[in-house]
Order: sequence, then structure tokens, then C-alpha cells
Amino acid sequence: MLEQIEGSAAVARAVACCRPEVIAAYPISPQTHIVEGLSDMVRTGELDPCEYLMVESEFAAMSACIGASAAGARAYTATASQGLLYMAEALYNASGLGLPIVMTLANRAIGAPINIWNDHSDSMSQRDSGWIQLYATSNQEAADLHVQAFRLAEELALPVMVCMDGFILTHAYEEVDVPGQEQVDEFLPPFEPGLALDPDAPVTIGSLVGPEAFTEVKYLMHAKQMQALDAIPTIAAEFAEAFGRESGGLLSHYRTDDAETVVVALGSVLGTIAETVDELRDEGVKIGAVGVKCFRPYPLEEVRAALAAAERIVVIEKAFAVGAGGIVGQNVRLALSGLRSRVHDVVAGLGGRPITKQSLRGLFDDVFADRLEVGKLHFLDLKRDVVERELARSRPSPGPHAERILRDLGIVAARSH
Amino acid sequence: MPEQRIKHYQTGTFVVGNRLLDPDQRSVQARTERSNSLTSGHRACQGCGEALGARYALDAAMRATGGRVIAANATGCLEVFSTPFPESSWQLPWLHSLFGNAPAVASGMAAALRAKGRDDVRVVGQAGDGGTVDIGFACLSGMFERNDDVLFICYDNEAYMNTGVQRSGATPPAARTANTKAIGPEPGNAFGQGKNVPLIAMAHEIPYVATATVAEPRDLEAKVERAMELRGARYIHVFVPCPLGWGSRSRDTIRVARLVKESGLFPVFEAERGEVTAVSKIRRRVPVTEYLKLQRRYAHLFGEHPRTDIIDRLQAAADRNIERFGLLADPDDAASMPGEATDLAGLGPEDDASPEHAGEETNVMRLLSETHGGPR
Amino acid sequence: MLQVRIHGRGGQGVVTAAELLSVAAFADGRHAQAFPSFGSERTGAPVVSFCRIDSNPIRSREPIAEPDALIVQDPTLLHQVDLFAGLSPEGSILINSTRSFDELGIGELAGRHRRERLLTVPATDLARERLGRPLPNAALLGGFAALTGAVSIESVAGAIRERFAGRVGEGNVAAAEDAFAFVRDEIGALARA
Repeated sequence: MLEQIEGSAAVARAVACCRPEVIAAYPISPQTHIVEGLSDMVRTGELDPCEYLMVESEFAAMSACIGASAAGARAYTATASQGLLYMAEALYNASGLGLPIVMTLANRAIGAPINIWNDHSDSMSQRDSGWIQLYATSNQEAADLHVQAFRLAEELALPVMVCMDGFILTHAYEEVDVPGQEQVDEFLPPFEPGLALDPDAPVTIGSLVGPEAFTEVKYLMHAKQMQALDAIPTIAAEFAEAFGRESGGLLSHYRTDDAETVVVALGSVLGTIAETVDELRDEGVKIGAVGVKCFRPYPLEEVRAALAAAERIVVIEKAFAVGAGGIVGQNVRLALSGLRSRVHDVVAGLGGRPITKQSLRGLFDDVFADRLEVGKLHFLDLKRDVVERELARSRPSPGPHAERILRDLGIVAARSH
Repeated sequence: MPEQRIKHYQTGTFVVGNRLLDPDQRSVQARTERSNSLTSGHRACQGCGEALGARYALDAAMRATGGRVIAANATGCLEVFSTPFPESSWQLPWLHSLFGNAPAVASGMAAALRAKGRDDVRVVGQAGDGGTVDIGFACLSGMFERNDDVLFICYDNEAYMNTGVQRSGATPPAARTANTKAIGPEPGNAFGQGKNVPLIAMAHEIPYVATATVAEPRDLEAKVERAMELRGARYIHVFVPCPLGWGSRSRDTIRVARLVKESGLFPVFEAERGEVTAVSKIRRRVPVTEYLKLQRRYAHLFGEHPRTDIIDRLQAAADRNIERFGLLADPDDAASMPGEATDLAGLGPEDDASPEHAGEETNVMRLLSETHGGPR
Repeated sequence: MLQVRIHGRGGQGVVTAAELLSVAAFADGRHAQAFPSFGSERTGAPVVSFCRIDSNPIRSREPIAEPDALIVQDPTLLHQVDLFAGLSPEGSILINSTRSFDELGIGELAGRHRRERLLTVPATDLARERLGRPLPNAALLGGFAALTGAVSIESVAGAIRERFAGRVGEGNVAAAEDAFAFVRDEIGALARA
């Protein structure tokens, strides 16, 4: 039923409809409303049977999910930013053990410096953890992806994280057709684990594997994740059939058919990009946008197919590899190797800096006028004067960058008089 | 022939469990239907206290639950020597996840079973001292705090053995480890550090806390059985000698475990909801030196220039425990401390059996020592 | 599309106001989006929230830089924060105050905007009367409904009741209806002037 609802609340209800049996979560902005909502539902009995563990850290949260999933229960958690890092060891453990845990990641920047606002540095930091990574463009998609995620995870025996932009989506009120219990029950059957801890059929899980077998195990993990490239579109199609709307899949294509320039991005910024594309199209510019909905596994063939015809690609990403360059940009280049398209890497929205239509138009103007160097990482809306002054210091002193900037501006410690 | 009452502690579990007790009172290990939760074929060192403790503890848990236990195991010796892929020594459902999360994994398992209405299946979490006292501590405290239905067992061999004998928060003062070597003015591990996890567990006021050693395996079994009668967070801390890490003889494992208790260095007790409910008294008190000198990790305290100052401090710690927990059966025992240890099997302090020291029990003892790989 | 920006201080229900506005617009059959500016949440600190209302689905996610309407819950912000940044010349402003635009020292705005769209309403007083507490956010939405016609007062009332149960809900609805009437009368008076 269509409702005007907070993104977090929609996700909590969608997850509840998936009948998780164990939820173990630790609060962190901006995920808190999701787990509070689920906690309430468990408390009132609306979500039952479900055990809600108030764990003492994110590491404990993912660990409890591991134990629960291995014992045959459908397990769920949610986190962001620092919390994701704190459970990093457990992420790899969950994927290595093939446990179909589903997690909401409310994308938030990673410190230092501490920052509670949205970017993709958290999910990008764990892109190689063996988890499937899906990115929601809207709260409708965020809710829908959780339903698809449980199906996907349990079919492939792989954990799945559903990424949704912190605050921008989690705390936004917009219309969502919240999936209903009956619909979800038809779409998502009860969890039937292949291997579980059961006294009637004891198994040992988590053995020490030596050099003679480790490579094969990792190869199989890779192969299994690649299978998701087929499973995801299939499940998305089934979802569209069952729920009557498109959600998920590997990529989205917006006005790309005859586009000479294609913008590539992940997550909610695609909404603002679509508005910008429409404006430019009205002015006769042949521009389109591709949204990457599934970043891991990486849909290399699909990306190549979507972008092959374009002359110029502008990748806009909310994270980057310090000391190396763009992340999504590199992946896009990989997909386009051998082709002559020009790929521009643009980093934007870091630490929650808004990405505005005005800035995007300025960026595209630079692209069309060849003012943007290909192969160089470009930071949208960078305050050049601040960084240039900092870099011009002849003798850099050690210490945190943020606080050094302040010292340069002459802001000294407060005094009591 | 005069009748001689043979006390259990004199003859050991093996004899008593086998023939001299009512079937109901026999140890789990003495029964043919024991689970062998940790079965043979694992790669533990000869004389490994942890393997011994784990087998006794888990079989007792299995017996108490009719074989319905699932286990979460931290990274460490126990996990490594028991699961060399593609083999496994475990005959119960068993999961190893990470080093620091065994208590949280166990909490998750318990939650899953509860959600599924399977209250017939119980959860045991287990780890070495590293995975309990240090890296697992936050998860342990969280599990205690939530009173999750988990029995957590710590096999304490007082260092990170699996990685080469490094110091942990359970390493006792003055002990040599790979990174607290017996060099410099303060040889061995520092004084004034370390955590007493049983007391910390008691501070959480959980339903059951107990300590045990592998010298009294029947006692360990009884404590596991007691723990399985209860629901909620329960904790058992088992002292398990490590011959390799401690530099003790592999056949001294049980002896060393007995001496740590009899010296007062390791109080053996039970507690419920933060109050001590039972104490296992010291039967024949020994000075700490009798315990220390069996282990090369304390060798630097002896020899040509003995560190009597350090030994005195360790003795003071033992005295404090005895005082604090009331470990002596009779207050008068404090006054009379035998100069040399007679380990309770009647053998002298040295390797060789000295039957002349013992009393009437001697013949049985000699028989026992010969059966157990005694005098060569 | 109508873009509304709401200014106030932490603790005054600025975020809730935007959410309720979006719920009201949804009830009226429009598409709506509401979100806050996410500063560090401290009671008393300046807070901004945003609401977009449109007959088409809303895709943009950026903060509202060019609002069509402003709601100012706390007039003490007037000379501290640039509240009016980006407001279109056709834009509307509704300020929670017992004083007039001139008395508030912003009379010159009347030169740049449409006079009949710049109004104050004593929302805090109305709230105190109807609710017993100086929480003006719901009342201001009633005034906003009258000022812009972007939402119906019925939908505003419905949104309030959905969020606040029992007497609190009714009190807020009454305050909103009072503010609606007040603003409607003000507009009428300006038209006749």
C-alpha cells in the first residue's frame, strides 16, 4: 500500500515482512530508526517469532548473525560507516562460511575526520569482502531490495548488503508502496539452510584450511558471486511480476539510447542526475545516465554494453581510493577496455556535501568544453583556496588535516578569559 | 583383610569411575555411551590439558542434555588441532568463526534456537584464555550482560599458545612467555596486571560461575552438569596446563593442575548470581614452589641465584587467595605446611616413585603408576 | 513543483513540520518529499528542513536552494541566519511572530517580493492557547495552507492527528485551524487594502 513514510520506517517494515528470526544490531547514525522500528515490532509481537539481540558492538552484531544463521535462522542486521569497519573481520567470515545474512548499510562517511553524513566510503571499503552489494536509488527501491536480498542470499548461500544513502534516504519522507506480508510470503519462502548446526546431523563448520585446498575454496566463492549476475536479474524480474514495479537488477538506464555522454553513478544521486539529464535533453544535449544497482559482483559485461556507444563517460562517485584514484571509475574503465570512449572520474558528495543540479550542470559544461582532463581525478565543488593554501606550506607538520586547516585560518584554542 | 576406604582423590577418576562407584556416580568418561564429542585423531600435543578438559566438559554437557548441544569455538589451539581440513575431531555440531567473537556467536545460536522454539538444544561457547580474557572480552561481557542462554567455557593455559606462547591477560606474574622473557631486572610477566575473569563474571551476577582444573575431572563434569541444569549466562573457567608452553612434562599435566589448586594459586569454587556458593578445599597444602618448579616457564626463579623475592610475592598471592576464599579445610592446616610436596598419589617430588614414603596405599599406587607409564 | 524551506531551532519540531507537510500533500494526492538538513542535533541550534510538493514524482535529492516558500518558526533567527537566500520574487514567507514585517525589521523585503505573500502569524500564542505548550510547528502549517493553498487544511489536520494521538493531536489541529483562519483573514484584509 502506498504510504508517505520515512525511508527507515519503510525498510523496517519490509524487513519485518521477510520474517527474520534473529536480529542483532548496534545503533549508529543514520541507521538507528531502522533498528528501533524493528525492535518495536519484536517487542509488541508484530514480528514474531523473532529474537532481537541488543549487542554490545557491531562486531558482536555480525558475529551473532553468524551464529544464528549457522544454526538455521534467518538473520539480519544494519549498520553504517565505523560500524561496518568494526565488523570487517566478521564480514569476511560470514561470506567465507556462505551464510545468507542480509544487512542494511546506511551509507555514511568513514573517519577520521569523524563525519556522520552520507558518502560511499563505507561500502566501498568492503567491496572485496565477498558480500553482494546492492545500491538503492530511492526508498521504494530500498524497501524492495531487502525482499529481493533475502531471496538472493538464500538461493546462493551468500550474504547481501543493501546500501541506501544515509540521511538522504533513511531520513527522507517520501511515498513508498510498502510490501505487504502476504505478497512477501509468496515471494520469499522460509529459510531452508543447506548446512546447519543440528544435533541430529552434526557438522563441523569453520575448519582450518591449508594451502592444499584454500585456493579452490576461494575460487568457488568467486564463482558463486558471479552466479549472482544471473540470479539478480532473474529475481528482479520475478519481483516485478509479483509486485508490479521495477526494482533492483544490475543496472538502470535513463535516456541512454542515443546518448553521446553518459553519466554513471550509484545510489540516490541518480535522482538529481535524472533531473539534470532532462534539463539538458530539453536543450538538445544527447546525455543519459546509467545507475549501477549491483556493484558486487561487478556487472562488467552489462556496463560495457550500456556504455559502449557513448563517446564520453562521466563517472560520479561518492568515494575514492586515497593515493590511487576513483573506484567506480576504475571499474568502468575496466569494462570499457579496448574502446575509445573517454572516461572522466569525478568525486562528489563526500561527507554529505550536497550534489546540486547547478554543480552538475557546471561539471557537464566543463566536460563538453573539454575543460576536464581525462584520467585525472576531479573533485566536484572543491574549495581550491583552502587546499592550495594548505599545500603551499613549505614545511608540513604532522597532525590531522582538519585541525591543521583551522590553525592556518588563525583559529586558535579558546581561552578562559 | 582389613577394609581400606579409598578416597576418590587418591586413586583418580579412572579407577573410581570404572568399578568402585554406583553406575549413576561414574564419570561420563567411564561410560561406554559417552559422546566422544572430541574424538581421537586430533593433533594436540601429548599431555595437552585443553584437549582433556574439552573432552570431559563437552561429554558432560552432551550427557546432561541427551546429546543436544551445539558449540561455538574461538580460534586457538583447540580449534586448530581439532579441525585440520578435511578432517574433524568433533562429533557434535560445531562452528568456528573468529578469535574474538565466540561468545557473540554463541549468543546468536541461542537466539536462533529460541526463535525456532528449540529449547531442547543447548549452546556451549568455548575459547582459550586469549579468546576469553582479551580479544573476546567485550563479547563475553555482552553475553553475560544480556544473560543469554549460553554456557561459556574458558580453557585457561595462561598464554597465547597457538601463536607461539605470547603473554595474555591471563598470564600469571613472573611467568616466562615469548614476549615476557626471563631477561632484565623484572624477568617474566609483570606483577600488578591481569584479569580475574571468574570474579568479573561474578560481578555480572550471572546464574552460575565456576572454576575447575583437569586434575579433578569428575569435579569438572559435575560443574558442567550443574551448569546445564540452569538457563541464562553461565561461565566455567578451567585451568589447563600446556606442557609445551609451560615447559612441564607432558605426563605432569594432571599433577601440575593438582598443585596449582593445592598451593592456593588457583581457587576452585562455584558461585551463583555473584555469591560464592561452594569452595573446593585444599586437602594438603603445598608451598607455591612445588607447583612452580615443575614448569620451565618459572625456571628463572630457581637455580644458582633464586629470585626468592618473586617467589615470596607469588606465595603472598596464594596466601591471599586462601584467606579470601577460605580454601583450607581446617584453619590449623595453615600452620603446618609439609616441607616437601607429597603429591597425593603418594609419589615424591621427584620423578621416581618413592614407595617408602607412602603408607598402605603404596601397592595400589605402584600398580597405578606402572599402569600409567610410571617408573621406566 | 513547490519547494518549501522551514527554519527554526532544534527542539521546535522543524523536522516534524516538514514531514507533516509532506504527509498532508500526499493525502491531497500530490507527490511530496521531506528531509532535514542534518546539522548536529542540539536544542537551540539553527535547524533547516525541506519539503518539495509536486504533481509529478520527485527525483531530486539536493537541499532547496531556491525555495518558493519559507516558514520561519523562530524569528530570533531573522538577523542571524540568511533565511531568505534564494527565495524567488514570487515566493511566500510565513513567520511565527506577533509583530509585523516592519516591526521585525525586514520591511524592505516587501519591496522585492509580493506583499500579500509575506505574512506573520502568532503561532506560538495560538499553540499555547490550544495546546498549552509553545510549539508552533503544527499551527504554522495551518497558516501555510492558507497562505499558499499548497495543501488543504483538512489534510494538514489529518497529518497532525496521524502523528499525535488524543488531546495533543486535537490541540495541534485546533491551533492549525486557528492559524489557517488568521492567515486567511490577513490575506483578505490585504486584498481589500
